[in-house]
Amino acid sequence: MSRIDFMQGNTACAEGALAAGCRFFGGYPITPSTEIAEHMAAKLPKVGGVFIQMEDEIAGIASVIGASWTGARAMTATSGPGFSLMMENIGFAVMTETPCVVVNIQRGGPSTGQPTMAAQGDMLQCRFGSHGDYSIIALSPASVQEMYDLTAEAFNLADRFRIPVFVMADEIIGHMRERLMIPDSVHRGERKLLGKGNLPYQADDDLVPGFPVFGKGYGVHVTGLTHDERGYPCATSPSVHECLVKRLVDKVESARDSIASCDIVNPDARVVFISYGAPSRAVEQVLHDIHNDNVGHLRLKLVWPFAESLLSRFSNAETFIVPELNMGQMAREIKRHTNRRVIPVPKLGGALHDPFDLAALVEELL
Amino acid sequence: MRTEIRFSGFGGQGIILAAVIVGRAAVMYDAKYAVQTQVYGPEARGGASMSAVIIDDEPVLFPKVTSPDVYVIMSQEGFEKYGVSAGERAVMLVDSSLVQSRPGCRCIEIPATKVAREALGRDIVANIIMIGALVAATGVVSREAIEKAILDSVPKGTEELNLKAMRKGFELAGQVKCE
Repeated sequence: MSRIDFMQGNTACAEGALAAGCRFFGGYPITPSTEIAEHMAAKLPKVGGVFIQMEDEIAGIASVIGASWTGARAMTATSGPGFSLMMENIGFAVMTETPCVVVNIQRGGPSTGQPTMAAQGDMLQCRFGSHGDYSIIALSPASVQEMYDLTAEAFNLADRFRIPVFVMADEIIGHMRERLMIPDSVHRGERKLLGKGNLPYQADDDLVPGFPVFGKGYGVHVTGLTHDERGYPCATSPSVHECLVKRLVDKVESARDSIASCDIVNPDARVVFISYGAPSRAVEQVLHDIHNDNVGHLRLKLVWPFAESLLSRFSNAETFIVPELNMGQMAREIKRHTNRRVIPVPKLGGALHDPFDLAALVEELL
Repeated sequence: MRTEIRFSGFGGQGIILAAVIVGRAAVMYDAKYAVQTQVYGPEARGGASMSAVIIDDEPVLFPKVTSPDVYVIMSQEGFEKYGVSAGERAVMLVDSSLVQSRPGCRCIEIPATKVAREALGRDIVANIIMIGALVAATGVVSREAIEKAILDSVPKGTEELNLKAMRKGFELAGQVKCE
């Protein structure tokens, strides 16, 4: 029987991870994500899992990568400054095709910025923050329920694509409490294992190689250097490098329409809000209050890879309004994909957009 | 109907817990929707603390309190920082043993800290007295729901003390209820 609880977003994130079978958490506590680590520290030992508080976030993500290679579902949680420290090893996880989940409860940056205030300033960092070309998946919960659901789903996506998957929440969603329906069980995808006779980095049709779990008889070299299908470093061959990096990008980008996850309201609207995370709640209030079919909403649950095909679902749209708790990071991406008018509504400082302000903007445009 | 409640007092009074208990009562025992938030800053114990809960029969969309319908104010600094802007149509419950000011709106005076100390022997349950008074005066959640939510939320061994505090709150609000 599913049950109802009244829970904080960060706790719901940890519960969603546990329900998805996460059995390793390595990290370093940081406001406003700390409750996730606290909850995992209390709960993981009771389900046969391991919690390690490492010396810093660099080691935190490193321990997660190691745990994942033993076959475990593994995660860390952090915020801006810790996220910056993790960037090098996130690139290592990308290059070694290590499934893992990284939760970022975003706060105001740059640097230590506003530790206790909400922001969405790391949306480009999660996509591009490590060096080199690659692609990842980022999810953005807009409720306590989605903190649970999307964290659980992040593990399935990480295993399916063998990549780091980011849960890009923010202080508002992380710290608020609301109704949570906890299901009996959550869908758990299986990590595809390395087939007999296959080379360790020999990809299948989905461009993802099977996973050789440590301790199961595989001798695999796990390296951040460019490697061939055997996993041997091969850092001077242009074709091996091009082939590898293109596959790392394509395995995610070629699936972007099939993994797209969003809510669409009033697809025939002339003015359309595009949002993700906490600002979605302000937009939902506006749509509820003004009740006008000419105002639509595209709420992204999966933000990266950005599926531009979603924009064409709004065939009458003249204007896209993009409220974000940053200076227009996703608005920039949206502009790249449409010739219709895009109005960013940046908001800095930690407060949510006021629904009255957004409604006034809509009135002007209609 | 959306009801916005703002709680303020000083750190250590259980201002955040008060909002959590009311939200929990609404969601888990009255089958309503609620969102609880708080000012989450580096305030030290003793500084002004603020939390809020929004209760609705339908899912709560915008999660932040914009113009509170009800205030529960438990310290003078809390009044000055978070209560002084109360609209005319709001209702404010004040802990009259600690708050000297009075708002322009309807005010219900509950000497919660005094009663907690003198009648129950523990200052610490003043917040539960205020919750009892809040529920009695506004009916924002049911008495059964708030009782269960209090029992869920207080440390083992203090259940009876907290229920007594809640009943005191109901009594005190009953005495002052004048409308």
